[in-house]
Amino acid sequence: MKPIPSAFSLGIRRGNLEIRQFARQRESVVFTLLFPVILLAIFGSVFKDTIAPGVTFSQYFLAGMIASGLVNTGFQALAITIPLERDFGALKRLRGTPMPASSYFIGKAILIFVSMVIQILLLLGFGILFFGVELPTDINKWITFTWLVLLGSACSTALGIAFSIVPKSGRGASAVVSPIVIILQFFSGVFFVFTQLPSWMQQVASIFPLKWLTQGMRSVFLPDSFASQEVAKSWETGKTVVILLVWLAIGIFFSVRKFKWDRD
Amino acid sequence: MSLIEVKGLKKSYGDTHAVRGVDLEIAQGEIFSLLGPNGAGKTTTVEILEGFRTRDSGTVSVLGFDPQTRGHESRQWRNRIGIVLQSSADAGDLTVLETIDHFSGYYSNPRAVDEVIHSVGLIEKENALIRTLSGGQRRRLDVALGIIGNPELLFLDEPTTGFDPEARRSFWALIQKLRSDGTTILLTTHYLDEAEALADRVAVINNGVIIEVSTPAELGGRATSQATVAWRDGEIIKSELSDNPTELVATLSSRFGGEVPELVVSRPSLEDIYLEMIGGTHETNS
Repeated sequence: MKPIPSAFSLGIRRGNLEIRQFARQRESVVFTLLFPVILLAIFGSVFKDTIAPGVTFSQYFLAGMIASGLVNTGFQALAITIPLERDFGALKRLRGTPMPASSYFIGKAILIFVSMVIQILLLLGFGILFFGVELPTDINKWITFTWLVLLGSACSTALGIAFSIVPKSGRGASAVVSPIVIILQFFSGVFFVFTQLPSWMQQVASIFPLKWLTQGMRSVFLPDSFASQEVAKSWETGKTVVILLVWLAIGIFFSVRKFKWDRD
Repeated sequence: MSLIEVKGLKKSYGDTHAVRGVDLEIAQGEIFSLLGPNGAGKTTTVEILEGFRTRDSGTVSVLGFDPQTRGHESRQWRNRIGIVLQSSADAGDLTVLETIDHFSGYYSNPRAVDEVIHSVGLIEKENALIRTLSGGQRRRLDVALGIIGNPELLFLDEPTTGFDPEARRSFWALIQKLRSDGTTILLTTHYLDEAEALADRVAVINNGVIIEVSTPAELGGRATSQATVAWRDGEIIKSELSDNPTELVATLSSRFGGEVPELVVSRPSLEDIYLEMIGGTHETNS
């Protein structure tokens, strides 16, 4: 008899299916992909100040929106949709097939990565056209950007899957998850300049990945001279990698050990 | 050869003893139906066999494998079974064809997708989005996903709930065809006529134990129980319980000089027997 398909090839298959399903839900496509662009349009139009020589608030905010997009399309979307899939019985049905859990997770990671890339392109395009954002020319900045997106979306995916065990039902999931994300955005320097926040907020934010992702994105999209304006007077690139890796490990651990396929 | 072997199976949830020592043997190629009221331990037993729940004690072998084992062996085992769960409402934005085709990719030796769509009668709906299907059509899709992997053993949980009579008949024909292809089927159902039409053997479970295992015709002494003979005698319908209904009919026939008006000979239905069986032990539970 032929061997059963590998977990990886089934993961790719799941990813294709997830993208197809996502693309057919027009409301969620519009909400997930365009909402950050709308926010950028609003904040960019209201706050036109220059926060440092050669750095506008729109640029600062764009970096934050790209970072928080990683949290929105990954963590938030998964922690809300997985409990719904569980309520519908979809997860239990999958559990009854030879498809392994890892394929399901890989499929989600593919979906998140693809929607993330689309969202980043929209944000960048919009920022360049309307808010005078300039793309970095230094190749090193693009390298930083690439690993930030890869590590950030992996981290966000793993934590979203792990957090999906928290909401008791699909209906209540949004009420549990959304406030956490919004508060994190306020604390992590997405809507406000991070150094202007009270120091206790800064300290709380420093525990979570979003603060490090926003700071990382600033290191890509703001001039290097701005590093001296950060709390640590530097971009703290090494520390960012370590903290994201720790959260990725935590996310994977709980996803693998605690994932719930069934309501009870 | 037994495909499923269960000995001394027990499972409790806190103080509730859902399953209190179940023994079962299901042979290869048979349709075996598990009957029992809600809360009798039916679902728990089946979910343990399906590998969805762990047991407290006892031994369980399904296709020679312990369902609560995890890891790669479990994938090999799931490759050989099919499960049709009670309800699911997922993937409304995919078409019937896309969904069945996707699931076929999970198995090493799946059935042909178009053949499966044909056998569950969803040909005209194959390009319809799942959320546009009726309840009965959705149920047939569930069955299609259960059999796409060409399973040796199929679990069917309340498969025809919400079907109209015609759809049920064509569904029964499908199940009988699967059996004739060699698939062993474990059917749980609330419909006694369904068990009677399909099952080779039935087991009645109540209060966490199996009360009886038998063929539908013989359950609860049904085959040897007294028959009711009824006929019209002038203005009234008469009926009589008899151990020897043939003799009684012959007597009546000679009395009426041939044809007995409105003659009916009946034995208790499976439902009568079943209700009697679970009724006797039901009060102690509630």
